[in-house]
Amino acid sequence: MSDAPLVSIRGLTKRFGKAPALVHAVEDVSFEIAPGEVVGLVGESGSGKSTIGRLILRALDPTAGAIAFDGREIGGLSRRELRPLRRRMQMVFQDPFASLNPRLRVKDIIGEALDAHGLAQGPERSKRIGELLETVGLDAGHAGRFPHEFSGGQRQRIGIARALAVRPDLIVADEPVSALDVSVQAQVLNLLQDLRRRSGMAMLFISHDLDVIELMCDRIVVLYLGRVMEIGPTEEVCRRPRHPYTQALLAASPKPDPDAPRTRKLLQGDIPSPLSPPSGCVFRTRCPLAKEDCAGAVPAMRTAGPDHRFACIHEAPKSET
Amino acid sequence: MDPAAAKLFLDRLFRRKLVLFGAVVLLVIVIAAIAAPLIAPYSPTGMRVTQRLRPPSATNWFGTDEFGRDVLSRIIYGGRASLGIGMAVVLASMLAGTTLGLLAGYFRALDTVIMRIVDAMMSLPDILLAIFLVAVLGASAGNVVLALAIVYTPRVTRVVRGSTLVVRELPFVEAARLLGVSTPRILTVHILLNVASPILVQATFIFAYAVLAEAGLSFLGAGVPPDVPTWGTMIASGQQYADRAFWVVFFPGLAIVLAALSLQLVGDGLRDMLDPKLRKAL
Repeated sequence: MSDAPLVSIRGLTKRFGKAPALVHAVEDVSFEIAPGEVVGLVGESGSGKSTIGRLILRALDPTAGAIAFDGREIGGLSRRELRPLRRRMQMVFQDPFASLNPRLRVKDIIGEALDAHGLAQGPERSKRIGELLETVGLDAGHAGRFPHEFSGGQRQRIGIARALAVRPDLIVADEPVSALDVSVQAQVLNLLQDLRRRSGMAMLFISHDLDVIELMCDRIVVLYLGRVMEIGPTEEVCRRPRHPYTQALLAASPKPDPDAPRTRKLLQGDIPSPLSPPSGCVFRTRCPLAKEDCAGAVPAMRTAGPDHRFACIHEAPKSET
Repeated sequence: MDPAAAKLFLDRLFRRKLVLFGAVVLLVIVIAAIAAPLIAPYSPTGMRVTQRLRPPSATNWFGTDEFGRDVLSRIIYGGRASLGIGMAVVLASMLAGTTLGLLAGYFRALDTVIMRIVDAMMSLPDILLAIFLVAVLGASAGNVVLALAIVYTPRVTRVVRGSTLVVRELPFVEAARLLGVSTPRILTVHILLNVASPILVQATFIFAYAVLAEAGLSFLGAGVPPDVPTWGTMIASGQQYADRAFWVVFFPGLAIVLAALSLQLVGDGLRDMLDPKLRKAL
């Protein structure tokens, strides 16, 4: 982690709407992504995972905070100024059906990425499209087909090929497998891991599935109601979670061993409304350890180990999971 | 499009009998209008006072009107003005309405401005607005087209804006934006292509409306000059004889119905062909 980070966000905040319907989607989030690193964003729906991904790609404008890409501040850039940066960061979408234009052939869907940045023309373009299709495990001869002729997993591969076309340094994968069948999920995850190993690109991997995150990521950022609860290397966070929310998440994820002791401390209730997040620690309304002090100030990040931090005022039990 | 692709396109398009029927009827009507001087048995304006309001017969297939003019010949010639005005109105209102609708649907800043004007125009009855415009502009075929195009543009704008609002939020549009695709290309390739079906359907309706509205305007004396035969002027002037001589209004009416119907059938076929998913099933 001594390298200069590829992406660095500081105090990133995004609010939607106006009072009284002001949605606190992302509050004061800071983390980095090193070149070639895979960072996992995990949290329930409504925790702001996708919003953070879109803020980094500048599909949304941040309300406050700084976003630096490769050392350059991009939080305030205009659409025009962002265009050259689009070559360096791409997105893989959740819904493999809605994320491909149904009226375009595969070669035009992928070719559009090449055209937008003038990367290849004529025969070179067709060749690149064929190569990209083969890279993601599809037949180069399928370039003339329409998206509806493919299965969900194949369509997701097309979406990945589109993102790869510009040879980006960063891919934001927003729940890339949650819309797929379990058997297909594994194939697409393997493909993503493979590509990452070969190209050395960094990835922000967004998922609500801790098992998938654990498999894919070098580091994990645990989000709750738009705030970072815990952040650290995957191994550390999964083995020695320090935040009660992370512990609850890990306890809730099913284990393949039927004889494993059932020590599940399941969370009660739902995530509170981001319209009026709880004062102090946003997790306190569902936290098993909550006491009066938790309602006071937003807990500061505490260090739990090298590169491992968490936001809780309690001396949480160092449970081994 | 190369010849093989064109042949495949037409094969699929005409596999459905109704589309084929519509295409044939439309083609016959259009050719008849274009080749009117060669086809029409009589002059469309030749009056024979002794032959007034004759029923359909071997000499006058569709009968004669109140001035003894041959109804068939007038229908064949009338197609020129009626179809021409209808087509011109469709083209003009599609062009204007699609542009305005795309802009209003895609750019929020323009939405309020464009749609308030559209709402204001749609609150006026179509025919009243058209009469007003023709009265201001002067009665001529060109001004009738202009007036009707202005009247129907808001309808197209509404439909296109509504579809654009839906499509612009779809992930593939966001994907294009994130790829750095230019806004004009997003508007045309990603949005226009995906809102083409409702536009095409709307076009077939507007053609039928325009032919009827032209008839209404002619009836009220705010249309094309009365010496130019159109299906509308024929119905308008024949109306008072309809109880005694149904043929003076029935046959021009049939021409309007057939033209509008066949165009809608072809429009339906084209719409399905534009959708890669449906095309496969054809």
